[in-house]
This record gives sequence, structure tokens and C-alpha cells, in this order.
Amino acid sequence: MPAASQLNVQIPSDTTEGLAVQEQIIALMEKHEYSMRDIFAMRLSLEEGITNAIKHGNGNDLEKKVTVFADVSDEKLRVEVTDEGEGFVPEAVPDPTDDNFIERACGRGLMLMRAYLNFVEYSEGGTRLTMERERNSELPIIEDDD
Amino acid sequence: MSEQRIDIEEVGSVTVARFLDKKILDEANIDKIGQELFGLVEQDGRTQIVLDFSLVEYLSSAALGKLITMHKKVTAAGGKCALCNIQKDIMDVFKITQLHKVLTLCGDLDDALSKF
Repeated sequence: MPAASQLNVQIPSDTTEGLAVQEQIIALMEKHEYSMRDIFAMRLSLEEGITNAIKHGNGNDLEKKVTVFADVSDEKLRVEVTDEGEGFVPEAVPDPTDDNFIERACGRGLMLMRAYLNFVEYSEGGTRLTMERERNSELPIIEDDD
Repeated sequence: MSEQRIDIEEVGSVTVARFLDKKILDEANIDKIGQELFGLVEQDGRTQIVLDFSLVEYLSSAALGKLITMHKKVTAAGGKCALCNIQKDIMDVFKITQLHKVLTLCGDLDDALSKF
């Protein structure tokens, strides 16, 4: 199996550039032979995390950068996404499954990341997102309540 | 960017809209999909709609937002919108976000058509 693979890039606040970074990280996962389930989870989480940094963090300001660091080993994947925005308080984001918010068109990204990742944390005042997923993680846990 | 993102087929009085993208992640794509979906209701006046996900492998929360808006537009117009052929990974996303309680999720196309 290959040694750990790393990626460290800085991109302008452009979602097309964000997608390209996602693909580079997915390629590292494929190199380390992660499962399709792991790749689905990370593609979804990367999309939400990087898009949040570009749109909500940097406000789509092309002058502001998003820095993405990824460390992919055979055991787990760790990604840090840092924006140059003013930050936010994750606890202040309303629960998108609440009856008052369930029909809102936005606000589900953080919830999805928490469902698919073994570790999610916003630090540096909400400008740095750290994501981790272990290989063959059992997440997400789906409650069949219907 | 003028390429169609949705294939349209009429089955009786129901419009079947099939997503052509495997990955509904890219923001520009999602905006285009939203325009095409909303146009079915707002420009064409269609209110009996099935959304076919058979080709879709990835979906972001931004895409979920378009589906909710579509659901609201169709409902406000007195119609119905059903989703079908949803792969398991995508169904998980609907369940995690509890949207399976808001949207009409069906099995295959025949199942969806039977709802009308």
C-alpha cells in the first residue's frame, strides 16, 4: 500500500476551482483504494465544506483565497479547509430538520458533514474546517423511522 | 452552458423529468437544473411531475434546496411532484436531512406514476 499522500493548495473563491480540488483529493483516495462508500461520503463532505468556505466564508470574493490541506493515509483521511472570511458560530446554525426550517432551501451542509464524517470541527473563529473520515467508517447511521 | 440538464417525457398527463447528470454538485449546473425545473411549472404550466433520479450518483445540499423549492412551486400551483429511481446513497441523504418526510419519494417510475 502507498505511503500517506498529501495535498496543499490555495484557490480563489470560485466553486469550479473547488470542484477541481475535490477531484484531486478523490484521486488520492482512489490511490489508497478507499471504498465507493467512503468516496461518496467524502465527495459530499468536501463539496459542502469547500462551498461553504467559498460562498459563506469568503462571500465569493475572488480576491480571497481558500486553502485546502489533505492528508490521505490507508487508515483515514484528514482535510482542513481555511477561508479568509469573518468566521461564524456553528452552534448558531439552526437545525434544518426542525419544522420551522425543514422547507428552507439552504442550511443542510453542516448537518450532512456531521452525518458522514468521524470528526468535524470549525476552529479559528469558524474560518477553519477540519474533517476526518476513517477507512470503511460505518457512517452515516440511518434511522429508518418511517 | 446551453446544454440541457434534464430530459423531458410525457406519460399521459404526467411530465417525467429525468436528470442527465451523474453528479449534481457543481453550482452552475445546479442553477441551470433549477431554471429548467422551475420552467416546467412557471413557463409550461405543468403541475403533475415525476423527477427521475436513475442516473444520479451524487447530490449536494444545494441541489436539495432546488428540489424543495420545486416541491413548493408545484404544490402552490395545486399539483404534485414525485421523485423516483433514487439510488441508496442518495436516499440516505434524503433520510439524514429528513426530507423524505417532506418530499414524495417513490420506488421505480411505475410506482411514481401510480401516485397521480
